[in-house]
Amino acid sequence: MKANAESILEVRDLVKHFPLTQGIVVKRQIGAIKAVDGVSFDLHRGETLGVVGESGCGKSTLAKLLMALERPTSGSVRIHGRDITTARGSELKRMRRNIQMVMQDPYTSLNPRMTVGDIVGEPFEIHTDVVPKGGRRRRVQELLEVVGLNPDHINRYPHQFSGGQRQRIGIARGLALQPEIIICDEPVSALDVSIQAQVMNLLERLQNEFDLAYIFIAHDLSVVRHISDRIAVMYLGKIVELGSDAQIYDGPTHPYTQALLSAVPVPDPEGRETRQRIILQGDPPSPANPPSGCHFRTRCWKAQDICAEQTPALEARPGSDHPSACHFAEARDVVNAQ
Amino acid sequence: MTEVLSEQMGRGSHGGALLEVDNLHVEFRTRAGVAKAVNGVTYSVDAGETLAVLGESGSGKSVTAQTIMGILDMPPGKITGGEIRFRGVDLLKLPDDQRRKIRGEGISMVFQDALSALNPVFPVGWQIAEMFRMHRGTSRADAKKMAVELMDRVRIPAAKERVNDFPHQFSGGMRQRIMIAMAIALDPEILIADEPTTALDVTVQAQIMGLLAELQRDSNMGLILITHDLGVVADVADKIAVMYGGRIVENAPVHDLYRDPAHPYSKGLLESIPRVDQKGQELYAIKGLPPNLLEMPTGCAFHPRCPYRRDNCVTDVPPLYTISGTRGSACHYWREVIDEGER
Repeated sequence: MKANAESILEVRDLVKHFPLTQGIVVKRQIGAIKAVDGVSFDLHRGETLGVVGESGCGKSTLAKLLMALERPTSGSVRIHGRDITTARGSELKRMRRNIQMVMQDPYTSLNPRMTVGDIVGEPFEIHTDVVPKGGRRRRVQELLEVVGLNPDHINRYPHQFSGGQRQRIGIARGLALQPEIIICDEPVSALDVSIQAQVMNLLERLQNEFDLAYIFIAHDLSVVRHISDRIAVMYLGKIVELGSDAQIYDGPTHPYTQALLSAVPVPDPEGRETRQRIILQGDPPSPANPPSGCHFRTRCWKAQDICAEQTPALEARPGSDHPSACHFAEARDVVNAQ
Repeated sequence: MTEVLSEQMGRGSHGGALLEVDNLHVEFRTRAGVAKAVNGVTYSVDAGETLAVLGESGSGKSVTAQTIMGILDMPPGKITGGEIRFRGVDLLKLPDDQRRKIRGEGISMVFQDALSALNPVFPVGWQIAEMFRMHRGTSRADAKKMAVELMDRVRIPAAKERVNDFPHQFSGGMRQRIMIAMAIALDPEILIADEPTTALDVTVQAQIMGLLAELQRDSNMGLILITHDLGVVADVADKIAVMYGGRIVENAPVHDLYRDPAHPYSKGLLESIPRVDQKGQELYAIKGLPPNLLEMPTGCAFHPRCPYRRDNCVTDVPPLYTISGTRGSACHYWREVIDEGER
């Protein structure tokens, strides 16, 4: 972890509630989906923050909030000290230049009627002052070369490329405005296994080359570990544990992190008969009506009365060296447990 | 199974494995040309055994499964050769009505995407009960009772109250349990699970894989698990068939394959898994792209991506060389691949 690097993104108490309404003519709010419910973290220059969690935990809503594609209910997202959530108009446009996104599905996130040149060059039409008009085509070709595509394919359409190549197009588009931060929302999960490693290597090379900071959202924990400096584990809209990759994987302290890690199948059949598993019962509760106190208590084997009454803060507790939102945080090696 | 069929199939007396796929060829006639999806696949599974079929999209693993089940769309699909023997009888030669008897009672299947595999306009209990009504002629009331029992068996909480709920009222994991309940309703001898957990979260995946293992243990089913996840395979498989470009490129008992793979493709897949001790280093990546089924490479289908390639790989299709009684590799240079160990 690059601890001394300046922090370029500061997220504080970010909350996004989607209202649930009833009635057609007169709409009344009857509740809210608490998609993101008080998330805070910093991102440093050149660093990768992995965000893991199950579907519905708020990972993708968080990504949209950071991009200012959604307005938060409360809280702030500061890039170099300026809050993107309150920015409007030309200021917002300028700030977005610094934070770009690579989408999950390369089959639906590229317009099938635009050529690769148009797709990768589109950011230059919105931000016209980045590259003068005459130099744009040349610049697009450079970008294609950077991500390992043939620059001569600039006039081809997305359907002429394979999944892995399409994801490269998406990455080239994300790089076009030379951002400092790229949010990768499940960038390899739609790709074949043999292609995933190629795209992961590309992302790492680009990070070193351009000093990019990544927010890497994924559900594949071995992929997240490989690329991340720090990892945030989310459950029902909250970060439940935050630490370096070694802290999270070798000594997770939150029961949910422990269960998540132990549920991941190990790609090695040796010793599988004796491997210990924590198998959680049931499904995550609905974010419209999360349990009181600790959101995880309904599936937790450590739950006691205090868990229903008090929401545990995300903080380092005695016996653990990194923040964890559990009253009974305790390090436990679940990955190598036999 | 009906008595006629059991007689005909002479329970267990045919000598071979319970289910044998033998040199199966399937192709699709499309406007763009003929796509050879399955090119001579051979594998077998016995009662109580778990065979994992590992491969990427387009490797032919699902098409093989659909052909076994007899649910392949024909046309555009066409079986151009081979046999599928269940209890020694070639299913491909059976008339439709006998085939239908085997589907569900002999061989049954769990699909990847439970939401699109279930009918959205009927309650789940009705859909499970349909198996009994159609195959056994059970009365509606009895079939529903049996559906509740099955839902209990796959551990759907409050099965009695939920039997009249519709698929959209269930979570992804619960829907997959309903699919499994339908698949095991008639006590099949072979269960084919096509990517049963790919759409699910890891904690739910662990629940479903646990459930499948338990059901298999209880009824001694043969399980064919189709997946691309090397982790899931390592957890449950007894033996593995690795598919590439419509062929089996390697088959082996699970421990052998992970310890010393004998085909460059399986070896490349294993090496591209991110490992703790390689953090910060470049991942090993198989170069290039999976083959286009319309224009298969000559010789070995993997040769354009293979680090072991020699001249004869471009011209000669490698047969599935026998390494030992239980292992085979379709690589001319399998000795080298094993001997070299880790790169």
